Amino acid sequence: MGDHQQRVILAKLGLDGHDRGIKVVARILRDAGMEVIYLGLRQTTASIVAAAEEEDADAIGLSMHNAGHLTLGPKMAEAITAAGLDIPLIIGGIVPDEDVEELMNTGIAAVLGPGASAEEVVATVQDAISARDKA
Amino acid sequence: MGTEENQELNARKAWELEYQKASLRDSNFETMSGVPVEPVYGDDLFPGQYPYTRGIYPSMYRSRLWTMRMFAGFGTAEDTNLRFKELLRNGGTGLSTAFDMPTLMGRDSDSEWSLGEVGRAGVAVDTLADMEDLFADIDLSQVSTSMTINGPAATLLAMYVAVAEQTGVEPHQLAGTIQNDILKEYQAQKEYIYPPRPSMRIVTDMVKYTTAEMPKWHPISISGYHIREAGSTAAQELAFTLANGFSYVEAAIAAGQNVNEFGKRLSFFFNSHSDFFEEIGKFRAARRIWARWMKERYGATDEKAMLCRFHTQTAGVSLTAQQPEINIARVGIQALAAALGGTQSLHTDSFDEALALPTEDAARIALRTQQIVAHETGVVNVADPLGGSPYVEWMTDEMERQAEAIFAHLDDLGNGSILEGTFNGIENGYFVGEIADAAYRFEREVNSGRRIIVGVNEFTDGDNPEDRNLLRIGAETEEYQLKRLNDVKTKRNQEHVNSALSEITAVASDPTRNLMPAIIAAVKTYATEEEIANAMEVVFGTYVEKAIV
Amino acid sequence: MTSSSDAATALFKSAVKGERRSLGKLLTAIERGGDQAEIIAGLAHQVSGNTHVVGITGAPGSGKSTLTGRLLKLFSEAGDKLAVLAVDPSSPLTGGAILGDRIRMDDLAGEESFIRSMATRGHSGGLALAVPAAIQLFDAVGYEPVIIETVGVGQVEVDVAGAADTTVVVVTPGMGDAVQANKAGLLEVADIFVVNKSDRPGASDARRDLELMLDLGHVSGLEQMTGYRPPIIMANSLEGTGADEVLDAIKSHAEYLRNSGKIHIRQKDRLVMEIQNRIELLIGSTASHILESDLGANSITKVLDRKISPAEAAKSIVGSIIASE
Repeated sequence: MGDHQQRVILAKLGLDGHDRGIKVVARILRDAGMEVIYLGLRQTTASIVAAAEEEDADAIGLSMHNAGHLTLGPKMAEAITAAGLDIPLIIGGIVPDEDVEELMNTGIAAVLGPGASAEEVVATVQDAISARDKA
Repeated sequence: MGTEENQELNARKAWELEYQKASLRDSNFETMSGVPVEPVYGDDLFPGQYPYTRGIYPSMYRSRLWTMRMFAGFGTAEDTNLRFKELLRNGGTGLSTAFDMPTLMGRDSDSEWSLGEVGRAGVAVDTLADMEDLFADIDLSQVSTSMTINGPAATLLAMYVAVAEQTGVEPHQLAGTIQNDILKEYQAQKEYIYPPRPSMRIVTDMVKYTTAEMPKWHPISISGYHIREAGSTAAQELAFTLANGFSYVEAAIAAGQNVNEFGKRLSFFFNSHSDFFEEIGKFRAARRIWARWMKERYGATDEKAMLCRFHTQTAGVSLTAQQPEINIARVGIQALAAALGGTQSLHTDSFDEALALPTEDAARIALRTQQIVAHETGVVNVADPLGGSPYVEWMTDEMERQAEAIFAHLDDLGNGSILEGTFNGIENGYFVGEIADAAYRFEREVNSGRRIIVGVNEFTDGDNPEDRNLLRIGAETEEYQLKRLNDVKTKRNQEHVNSALSEITAVASDPTRNLMPAIIAAVKTYATEEEIANAMEVVFGTYVEKAIV
Repeated sequence: MTSSSDAATALFKSAVKGERRSLGKLLTAIERGGDQAEIIAGLAHQVSGNTHVVGITGAPGSGKSTLTGRLLKLFSEAGDKLAVLAVDPSSPLTGGAILGDRIRMDDLAGEESFIRSMATRGHSGGLALAVPAAIQLFDAVGYEPVIIETVGVGQVEVDVAGAADTTVVVVTPGMGDAVQANKAGLLEVADIFVVNKSDRPGASDARRDLELMLDLGHVSGLEQMTGYRPPIIMANSLEGTGADEVLDAIKSHAEYLRNSGKIHIRQKDRLVMEIQNRIELLIGSTASHILESDLGANSITKVLDRKISPAEAAKSIVGSIIASE
């Protein structure tokens, strides 16, 4: 699995249209040598799951800026599990520190807050993928 | 005496005449130490004179401070109505409405898309019934209402007209502004429904309708704020925003509107970011460019149609989640830049906005911040106090130069039409590509440490995440709103709704007819916002952005 | 080898039964190349040869993805269960890529269809093998038609799209797009031309340019050879006009290929091209191994000492490869 090209899906779930952060993250991951399948705005849990299956994604990244993370984050994690997929879910955006634990308890692999550096972004995604591969 | 000196003298005389006509605030206009100051300094160009680089009014803040307009809206219509009435009791006359995300996107609260978003970032409006609650017991002939909405703007305006009518207030009595700037949605904010061209038709229909029926209404507020928040440079914000303005002007002229009449009712909305002098140069350049283009390219002859009036908001994107309390200093500096740049109104951001919606305390501090700028710093005593500074004048010219280069590109892209150039730029990803490039360059600078953001990549000690007190909005609003919508749907006459919706579809298919009357008729049957959006969508289609990352 | 063969067979069987996730994993293995990829391609090859392959290519910004999206909608409305392979370039510096073509296809394609994004991964040889293998896999699993979308820059991308049964070349008005397409070799592979953004000034000029180039035989005398002249369709993919005509043109080209028996030539050409690509890769990688071996070092020394020429060294190495087989 060492030379396996990592493929990451990036998407915005729901109506929130803030895409500055997710676009920056897409470039950071590309520049780290990953393949980013960019789904863009207004995705549903179903469309993300379908894309993850078809693209054989190694990780899914969601960006959230509308305080919907406690509703939509766990909903996405559930949808991934319900589909029988073993793909780590990473949430980025405006997530208060006190919500991180709650999110992690609902099956989200990692949370990237505002101001995360490029290195943190790449390391978080890689760690989530290798934790899955080891499990 | 040389001709030049003569002109200068004439400019001063002309300004003095205008200044003397203005009514002034009750103030001594002197420094804290008691030194009296002039209303303006310099010899060649004065505020209130074309091309208005130094300000749009001769007396600027000596007559009237900028409007301290704080955007608000949350929960149900009833919650916001209470807030409005409190504001009016305290002497306010302007209401500014923030809608929740589903409302902004033309979705009802019971749509599966709306889950978790109802009433969170603003007030939820599904039907006329919500609008009735929102403005209950408020005399709409006596207030001015600002509504920040774009994609479904026509429906919300129709609801406002319908609520007014119920209380005997005619459309011509209504005063206010609706953002309705659809072009920047495709470029930055991404709250669109239909593709650009049909959306532009709706905007033009609204302009025609308000011109004929609502002369006190401002049908478009052209907004650069979101372009900047999406990551553009200052010059891109300036250029894209003004180019969008030119596009609306071209569309209105093509629809037979008079540029003098229409031009007077346009206003702008800019961002105030942290690079102090760049921002001030941007504001000054905006006024100059707009006046020149309106006069020279679009043939405006009424000076009021050449004025770039603008609202400003401090840069939400500059606020840090780390050590959030230091954001108060950022907001103060940005507010000062807006004042020195001659803004007509200002919203100051709350320090906790990088973490959550603002708490009441944080919103109060934000308001106090601009009150300090207005009442303690003395910057309001002198119009354009930085005008004449070689650096500020150079920066103003530089902003103008960069903007003109972008206009030339768009003009080229549209074969001599900024409107067509803007459509083409949207379709080929020019705007989103430029913005994404600028945003990425900024992130790389921060990441490499070449650009210091205090508290983020330097001076990081002192962050105390445990101390934070964030605003939480519960699920009750969503439950309440779903029940409310369900009640309305049960009580209304479904046949009336269906025929009103079919009529909208019919009018949408006929570009020679105006959509507004059909939409007003539909909201009166209590058709929902989403039903109305869908009635147009069957004709107009939806828009999916091309992936420019 | 056996366990990987078993795993591949199990995944293949499950994909044939309609398990999309298995198909997703098979495509990953194909892209990765190597033994497993060959096993999968072998399994697929046995049961393929039934689907119609449509290539869509054009310059960046020509509106291919939007047009493809419209076509997907039309195909799926007609009940077709189609697959799309959207190929985009990898960054030559980092090997990473941003693949965003799904955005304008997803909503339109219908639930039955399958979309896969593929990056070129910097090595053209890999793409030249992965794409035909992916086509065969989609074919074997029962997708019809299979659409390959590539950016019309670079020889490999053009070849990949050109190896389809029906190749659609999208150009836009202005900036000499048709002339550029000619230079890139796109005209030679086109079965259907689409002038997209036909509302733009210069659209009729673009059409005239194309007609002229067809008249002048820039299309390798295709017309004389085959009795088929590529139609030129004016489209506006944003407004959705022209997509119906493109669909009709694809269908009539497919019919023409079937009726004239030329479909077999196309399929044969594609397989021959694949064999040739595989030969080149095999010989190339064997040659690289030899260059790193003692034999190679020996030859290199002789070249450096001016005892033999580089050409003679190459001949002797290739000779040793053939002898060893």
